[in-house]
Amino acid sequence: MARKTTTQSKIVWTVIAWVVALVIFFPILYAVITSFKTEPEAIDGFSLIPSGTFENYITVQTQRDYFKPFMNSVVLSIGSTILALIFAIPAAWAMAFAPTKRTKDVLMWMLSTKMMPAVAVLLPIYILFRNFGLLDTRIGLTIMLTLINLPIVVWMLYTYFREIPGEILEAARMDGASLWKEIVYVLTPMAVPGIASTLLLNIILAWNEAFWTIQLSTTNAAPLTAFIASFSSPQGLFWAKLSAASTMAIAPILILGWFSQKQLVRGLTFGAVK
Amino acid sequence: MGSITLKKVSKVFGEAKVIPSIDLEINDGEFVVFVGPSGCGKSTLLRLIAGLEDVSGGQILIDGKDVTENAPAQRGLAMVFQSYALYPHMSVRKNIAFPLKMAKMEQSAIDKKVEDAAKVLNLTDYLERRPGQLSGGQRQRVAIGRAIVREPSAFLFDEPLSNLDAALRGTMRLEISELHQQLKTTMVYVTHDQVEAMTMADKIVVLNRGNIEQVGSPLDLYNTPRNLFVAGFIGSPRMNMIEGAYAQSKGAKTAGIRPEHIGISRDSGLWTGTVTVAEHLGSDTFLHINSEVGTLNVRTNGELGFHHGDKVFLTPDENKLHRFDDKGLRIAG
Repeated sequence: MARKTTTQSKIVWTVIAWVVALVIFFPILYAVITSFKTEPEAIDGFSLIPSGTFENYITVQTQRDYFKPFMNSVVLSIGSTILALIFAIPAAWAMAFAPTKRTKDVLMWMLSTKMMPAVAVLLPIYILFRNFGLLDTRIGLTIMLTLINLPIVVWMLYTYFREIPGEILEAARMDGASLWKEIVYVLTPMAVPGIASTLLLNIILAWNEAFWTIQLSTTNAAPLTAFIASFSSPQGLFWAKLSAASTMAIAPILILGWFSQKQLVRGLTFGAVK
Repeated sequence: MGSITLKKVSKVFGEAKVIPSIDLEINDGEFVVFVGPSGCGKSTLLRLIAGLEDVSGGQILIDGKDVTENAPAQRGLAMVFQSYALYPHMSVRKNIAFPLKMAKMEQSAIDKKVEDAAKVLNLTDYLERRPGQLSGGQRQRVAIGRAIVREPSAFLFDEPLSNLDAALRGTMRLEISELHQQLKTTMVYVTHDQVEAMTMADKIVVLNRGNIEQVGSPLDLYNTPRNLFVAGFIGSPRMNMIEGAYAQSKGAKTAGIRPEHIGISRDSGLWTGTVTVAEHLGSDTFLHINSEVGTLNVRTNGELGFHHGDKVFLTPDENKLHRFDDKGLRIAG
């Protein structure tokens, strides 16, 4: 039996949903508002009405080069995502379609690395990076971002692949498809929604990653996260400029997320509702 | 050509011996049905023949050639799966053409073969649709079409009708039988439904716990079941099994009598009993009767109006009696 919803309860729930959404979104909104304030205005306490200056954006753009960290962010997030997919697709395929007794253990072990506090391995990683000359290089950070997101990418793809009935792949085998053709003509087209949402999510995660990118880069390979952090410097805190830099840093990923939200939601709830 | 020979084929999954050792001969052009309860190893046996599972021991020969180590596609067999296993992102045309494309056939030849198969299976109007836009019966036809175009030496069917409703199952059963008449290609068909087995097969292989209980024509199995398992599995409603004094008087541990071989009367007979349930199907009536030799199933014609609580007399047709010894094996004669 369908549940009865009265107009009244609909209104109440709509209001609650909007309030919760606003509370979650508020820090971002406030950063955007603050980016249009002058520095004195910004430290002057809570206010939702900015004077509407573009000065911060101009300063951020002229005094510090926004374009370089932006390009670094693009290269790192896309590079690490492609690299992660290259390793994760065969791994997930093997785990989903040719599992062994230990497959579940391997998956749990991979995920358990995400439960460890990153700071616990900061020192050994830092020393390794220094010894291999990877500090502050795009290659080094790409490897790092690939490694930290790989467990999630493998898990997500594994979940999508498991939803694909094994009989279809067997049918392809009976029809004379080699392993390669089976993956190209049958598995991949069927898993496109899953691969696409994994790709999008991983780009977002890599773009937003702030711990390792800040620790392991200074100038050459520093992405936008490090760019934002550089505004809270020993010379003082520049709230308004920090906000302008933050807005410029999150804007691209926010736009990407906005346009791909349908795909993301579908991808993340895949298997839950059929 | 399409003869299949299994020589001491066995399959072990971890600790479990799913198929201990099987020898079987399937002749060219035969319609062979593997039947048995779920978990009896019938699907596993089919997958071993297809090459989708590796054998743990023994040999599989197709047309006399050892294919035990060959990949599925190299065995020249086509398979129709229970879930149809169509490629959901391809049109019906591309689904049927897929095996030909994999075989690197010329496009014009592919088109011709697909059109021909579609004509045979009444799919011409649906060639540009995706599997998701078809009904269950149509999907099954596409799966069969994909198998036909390869011109395999044998078709393997893995419970192809179990996802269809009863009416459609009847129609498809007929269509597959007709297809066999038309193509005269060997068909190996797995089902748990003994009605499918009885109606379609030239030869039935009854499996139980990975062992072959009996191989024979449908009427062979019906008339002379080799043991209690086959006697109980083939025939619907089930054969009545009677133990005790009556069986002993016939020189057996268990006496078996089919529901249609028990005469029923209101005034005289060998046994007395009370009707507990009467199922009126129109053409037939199935009666469940509580009698002095235990609960009996009796099949009578539809006109006799027996009802719950009626007192009846029963007489088995002794010429149709099946006798089994204490090992459950048939006693000849």
